[in-house]
Amino acid sequence: MASTVIHAIYTDDDVLMNAVKEVKKKHLHINDIFTPFPVHGLDKAMGLAPTRLAITAFLYGCVGITVATVMMNFIMIEDWPQNIGGKPSFSYIENMPAFVPIMFELTVFFAAHLMVITFYLRSKLWPFKKAENPDVRTTDDHFLMEIDATGKDGEELANFLVTTGAVEINLIANEA
Amino acid sequence: MYTLSKNLKLSAIIFMVVGALLFAVDAMYMPSSIADIEAMHAGDDHGESHDTAVSGEGHEAHEAIATAKGHGDDHAVASHQAEEGHAMSEAEHNQHLLDGYKNKPWSAVYVAAFFFFMISLGCLAFYAVQYASQAGWSPLLLRVMEGITGYLLPGSIIMLILLALSGFHFNHIFHWMADGITDPTSENYDKLIAGKSDWLNVPWLLIRAVIFIAGWNAYRFFAVKFSKEQDEATDNRSHKKSFKLAALFLVFFLYTESMMSWDWIMSIDPHWFSTLFGWYVLAGMMVCGITTIALITMILKGAGYLQSVNDSHIHDLAKFMFGFSIFWTYLWFSQFMLIWYSNIPEEVTYYIQRIEDYNLPFFGMLIMNFLFPLLILMNSDFKRVNWFVVMAGIVILLGHYVDIYNMVMPGTVGQAWSFGFVELGSLMFFFGLFVLIVFTSLTKRPLEPKRNPLIEESKHFHY
Repeated sequence: MASTVIHAIYTDDDVLMNAVKEVKKKHLHINDIFTPFPVHGLDKAMGLAPTRLAITAFLYGCVGITVATVMMNFIMIEDWPQNIGGKPSFSYIENMPAFVPIMFELTVFFAAHLMVITFYLRSKLWPFKKAENPDVRTTDDHFLMEIDATGKDGEELANFLVTTGAVEINLIANEA
Repeated sequence: MYTLSKNLKLSAIIFMVVGALLFAVDAMYMPSSIADIEAMHAGDDHGESHDTAVSGEGHEAHEAIATAKGHGDDHAVASHQAEEGHAMSEAEHNQHLLDGYKNKPWSAVYVAAFFFFMISLGCLAFYAVQYASQAGWSPLLLRVMEGITGYLLPGSIIMLILLALSGFHFNHIFHWMADGITDPTSENYDKLIAGKSDWLNVPWLLIRAVIFIAGWNAYRFFAVKFSKEQDEATDNRSHKKSFKLAALFLVFFLYTESMMSWDWIMSIDPHWFSTLFGWYVLAGMMVCGITTIALITMILKGAGYLQSVNDSHIHDLAKFMFGFSIFWTYLWFSQFMLIWYSNIPEEVTYYIQRIEDYNLPFFGMLIMNFLFPLLILMNSDFKRVNWFVVMAGIVILLGHYVDIYNMVMPGTVGQAWSFGFVELGSLMFFFGLFVLIVFTSLTKRPLEPKRNPLIEESKHFHY
């Protein structure tokens, strides 16, 4: 089925924010917005769900501290409990202060790296990925809002978007 | 303007009176002779007079250790009353316990007085940081901080009096003040302490204390004066003066706070030293100060004052509570781990005594000061929920009381410790005094600075 989208281009983030609110009021569906820099509050205006990356980081941290504890308990206490400089290797807790730096670092390591990888996976980023850029100017100083216009009156929509401050409007039909 | 409600005033006074009564009753029943100690040891009637179950268990545990190690154990060496290190006879041992009991009421007052004094000093340092860093979020809270630091003057004078009383031999909290300790011909002679007597002598200690207290209170006086002037001014000159003064104060504070912690806390164990001790005390101080700011802000907002304070301000304070709790833990662990790892006898006795005799408070405070705030205050949404922050704040404050308790008690009362009515009473007394003074000083000026250059930013602060 053929679908059409409208690309509305803005040159100011304040104007963009107001436009998003107007478009939301009209119950039009915003497919995506492309901006050259983070616009504070844009996600709230668009009604995007909050990120859960912080929660994953916490869980990865828990994994990290578990890995550290299990690893050192096996190596230092169970497998070969040597007397190294008189440190008590009879149980994990007795020698724990010596393990804390590693427990801490592995917690941070796991939390940080796995969260970053999760971010890459969720936002589909990798080295040879083809850039999905509808207009090269959006990486410099233009803001682009993509609105679903399938089955809608393009002319009327375009006129409405002009009133919200769009400087350029393109109607794009995808034959698929 | 905030007006002190009658109920609050009355509750504070009730706290003080009840606290003082509990203290007086318990102090009266402290064992005052070797015979009393022997009576307490006899049979199974530990704690028959006034002591709680905790102290009873303490005696049992202590006896067990003493028997197992033949009375010549490590912590006898650690404890300053018995630095000879020879095996203690039963009589010497009882004398040792008796000395502890004699110190108990004094130490209880000392811990509680220092705890509340430390809250106001930590708050003052945080206040100065707000000015020096030109923070845009906090000006709405500056008057709350000025209110809390209202306790600084009375609190620091009480500390000075307590130090002076120790110096004039009313008690034996500071072993290095004992008669003949620096005199080679005396049987009390202690070579290690004598070597430190250039710094640790009573007149010089009191002179230093006066200098510190004068400096801190002078800053507080002028900062409050400038902030009052700024309200009525037509330009920002007072604010700029306050900014410069805050920067100067922070330099002065960092040096004096460090020395204060050696003098007032570390010298209780005069054979022991630690280089990061000043930072460690500072971290605890900052947590307590910030937590108290958060609690009082929420109380005032709940009572309908401070309308412009929003949950982003609480969120920021909670972040500071979280961050400084972790900073405190970092310093606690650094100090502990370095000493535990190297295990040098003259350093490690400090921890041996705490782990053997103060196991529960020593490790329990880690749960209160680290684990609890870490898990409760990690979530961004929880930091906006007032009752979560209140709950975390109360646990943090109690935890830091235990922290001070752990710093002071092992060196003064040793194995005779317990959390009985002397401790509870003095804690209640100073709590009442603190609340009374802080809330009275909050009534002195409007709760919202009128023309602080950053006040508009603070009113619209949003995170």
